[in-house]
Amino acid sequence: MEEDMATKGKPIISTGSPKGSKKRKTISTGKRYIINTVLTVLVIVIGQMMIDNGSISRYQGSVLEQVGIYIIMAVSLNIATGYLGQLPLGHAGFMSVGGYSCAIFIMRMMGPMHVTMYDFMTGTPATTLLFVCGLIFGGVCAAICGLIIGIPALRLKGDYLAIITLGFAEIIRVVMLNIDSVVGFQLTGGAKGLTGIPSYTNFTNTFVVVAISLFLIHTMMKSRHGRAILAIRDNEIAAEATGVNTTYYKTLAFVVSAFFAGVGGGLYAGCIGVMAPAKFGFMKSIEILVMVVLGGMGSMLGSVISATFLTILPEALRAFADYRMVVYAIVLILVMIFRPQGLLGDYDFSMGNFLEKIINGEFPWKKKQAEEVEADE
Amino acid sequence: MSSETKQKRRPVIVQMESPNLIPERDLGQIPVLEAKHIGIDFGGLTAVDDFNIAMGRTEISGLIGPNGAGKTTIFNLLTNVYKPTRGTILVDGYDTAGMSITQVNKLGIARTFQNIRLFSQMTVAQNILVGFGNSMSTHLVTDMLRFPKHWKQEREYRDKAMDLLGIFDMQRFADTKAGNLPYGAQRRLEILRALATHPKVLLLDEPAAGMNPNETEELMDNILKIRDEFQIAILLIEHDMSLVMGVCEVVGVLNYGKIIAKGTPEEIQRDPKVIEAYLGKQGVK
Ligand SMILES: Nc1ncnc2c1ncn2[C@@H]1O[C@H](COP(=O)(O)OP(=O)(O)OP(=O)(O)O)[C@@H](O)[C@H]1O
Ligand SMILES: [Mg+2]
Repeated sequence: MEEDMATKGKPIISTGSPKGSKKRKTISTGKRYIINTVLTVLVIVIGQMMIDNGSISRYQGSVLEQVGIYIIMAVSLNIATGYLGQLPLGHAGFMSVGGYSCAIFIMRMMGPMHVTMYDFMTGTPATTLLFVCGLIFGGVCAAICGLIIGIPALRLKGDYLAIITLGFAEIIRVVMLNIDSVVGFQLTGGAKGLTGIPSYTNFTNTFVVVAISLFLIHTMMKSRHGRAILAIRDNEIAAEATGVNTTYYKTLAFVVSAFFAGVGGGLYAGCIGVMAPAKFGFMKSIEILVMVVLGGMGSMLGSVISATFLTILPEALRAFADYRMVVYAIVLILVMIFRPQGLLGDYDFSMGNFLEKIINGEFPWKKKQAEEVEADE
Repeated sequence: MSSETKQKRRPVIVQMESPNLIPERDLGQIPVLEAKHIGIDFGGLTAVDDFNIAMGRTEISGLIGPNGAGKTTIFNLLTNVYKPTRGTILVDGYDTAGMSITQVNKLGIARTFQNIRLFSQMTVAQNILVGFGNSMSTHLVTDMLRFPKHWKQEREYRDKAMDLLGIFDMQRFADTKAGNLPYGAQRRLEILRALATHPKVLLLDEPAAGMNPNETEELMDNILKIRDEFQIAILLIEHDMSLVMGVCEVVGVLNYGKIIAKGTPEEIQRDPKVIEAYLGKQGVK
C-alpha cells in the first residue's frame, strides 16, 4: 500500500562530475501513480479472494483488519511525532472519540435510512454511504478535539506537551464513561460499553481506507504544507524566520493527526463490535507510540511495518498475552540501545524509485563493484 | 574586482535627521529598516544599548565589533527573536513591536544565522521551497488530492529554486540532504533560503565564517550581485575585514553593546577609537 514515498537525496555528495554519459531511465509521475494504484488494488483483491475461499480464516481476517487499523493509528501519530517532532501521549483519546462518534452515527442513522444489521454483511449502496459518512464524522469529531487540545498544548514543549495530552486523553475516557448520566439518555453506554455496533468493516473496505489515508498523509507531507511541518521539526526558529507560521502548521499537523486517528477509531469500532472506555486508556496510547518509535520516527514504511508486526505478534503469542507489555518494553529498550533512530530511521520506500533502479540495472552489489573500480583508478 | 571599480561603487553617504547615515540614492524613499534607540538587558547585563540604524533600500552595511560585543543580539532584536527592552523598530515604516518572527519576515526581513540553522533533514531544494512557502498559494485540499494546479505550482517553484541555486552554482546539490553539505555550501544555502522569502532587507550573520580567502572573494562578488539583481538592502556582521571593507558602504562598530563609531569603511579604518577597541588588535592595513 505504500505510495511512492519520499526518497531521500542521495547522501553521496557528487562533485559535479557526470556519472557516465548514459542517460538514466525514469518513470513519470503519472505512471508511478498507476503502478501504485494497480499494486494496491491487486493486494486488496487477492486478500479478499483468499478470505472468501477460506485460505485465510475469519479470525485471521479480523486480525488483518486490526493490522490495517493500527497502520492508520501509527501513521497518523507519526504526523505529530515523526514529522512535527512533538510527543503527544493521548492518541488513544482521539481514537476513542472517532470510534464512539462513528459507531453512534451509524447506529442512529440505520433507522432513518432503513438499513438493518444484515445489510452490512451483504453490503448495499446505503451501507457504503453510511460507512463513508460515519468514518468522516468520526474523523471530524476527533479533529475538533485535536483542535481544542492542540491550541493550548502546542504552546508548550516536550514533557509539558506530553503531560497535557495524556491528561486530555484521560478526560475523554472519563467523559465517555459518564456522559450518559449527563445528557440523560443512552449514548455511549458508560462503563459496560457500547454494544450492538453493526460490523460495518471488512477486509476490503478497511484496506481501501488504509490506502486512502496513507495516500492523503503522503501527499500532504510532499507539499508546501508538509515541508512547513518538517521545517518546524528541523529548526523552529529558522522556520519562523523563513516565514513559516509555526502556530498554524503545528495546529494543522495536530488536527490532521487527530482526524486520521478518528478514522482509525471508526474502523476499530466496526471491527471489534464493542466500544468500552477502558480500552482507550494510557496503555493504548503508549502501544501506538511504540509502533512509531520502533519503526522509525518520520518513516511511513517504518510505521506500517512495525504496526503490522506488533499487531500480529501478540495474536500469534496469545498464550503469553500477560507478558505483552514486558515484551514491548524489552523490544523498545533493545531498539533504543542498538538503533535509537528506529528500525528504518527516516528512510522511506518509493515503489517508483525502486522500479527505476531495477530498469536501470542499479543493484546494490553493482554499486560496490563500481566503487571498487573507481578506487583502483 | 579592481579597486577602481570598487571605488566607483562608493556612493555619497549623507546624514539623516537621526544619527544615521544612508546612501544618497536611497534618500527619496523611507528607509526599509529603521531602529531607534533600541536596547536589551539580560538580567543585569545590558547587551545592547541605544542602537540606531537606518537602511536605505539598496544599501549594503556592515556591523563589526569584537566577540561578545552584541552584534548577533542586534540581529535577534531586529527580527523579533528577542523583544527589545527599549526603543522602536520600523520595517518599511511599520512598527514591529508585538509581532511574531514570522510576521517580521513577511514584512520583509530575512536572515541567516551565525550557528547555521538549516532544515538539515530536508534536501537543499526543499529548504529553499520552505522559503517560497508564503508565495505559493495552493490550498491543502488541492495539494492532498494532487489537482493539476499542485503539479503546476510545484514545477514552477522547483524551477525558481534551481534559479536561486544558480547564484552560487549549487544546482547539482539540489537533492542532497542539507545536513550533508560542506560547511561553506551550508552557509550559502542559508542565504538562498532567506532570499526565497522575497525580503527587502537581508541580514547576514558572519557569512564568510569558515571560508577560505578564495571563497570569501567569491562571496563578496555574490553579495554585490544579489543586491544589484534583487534590489534589496543587506546588513552583514563579519569578522573578515577584507569582506567588510570590500562591499560595505556604511560600517558601524559595536563595543560592549554600544556603537562607538559609524561611517564609510575609510573613515572607520582611520578612527582612533576603533583602532583602539577593535582593529588595533588585528592591525590596520
Ligand atoms: N539569551 C541571552 N541570555 C543572556 N545573555 C545573552 C543572551 N544572548 C546574548 N547574551 C549576551 O550578550 C552578549 C552579546 O552576545 P552576542 O552573541 O550578540 O555577541 P556577538 O557580537 O555576536 O559576538 P560574536 O562575534 O562572538 O558572535 C554576550 O555577552 C552574551 O553572553
Ligand atoms: Mg555573533
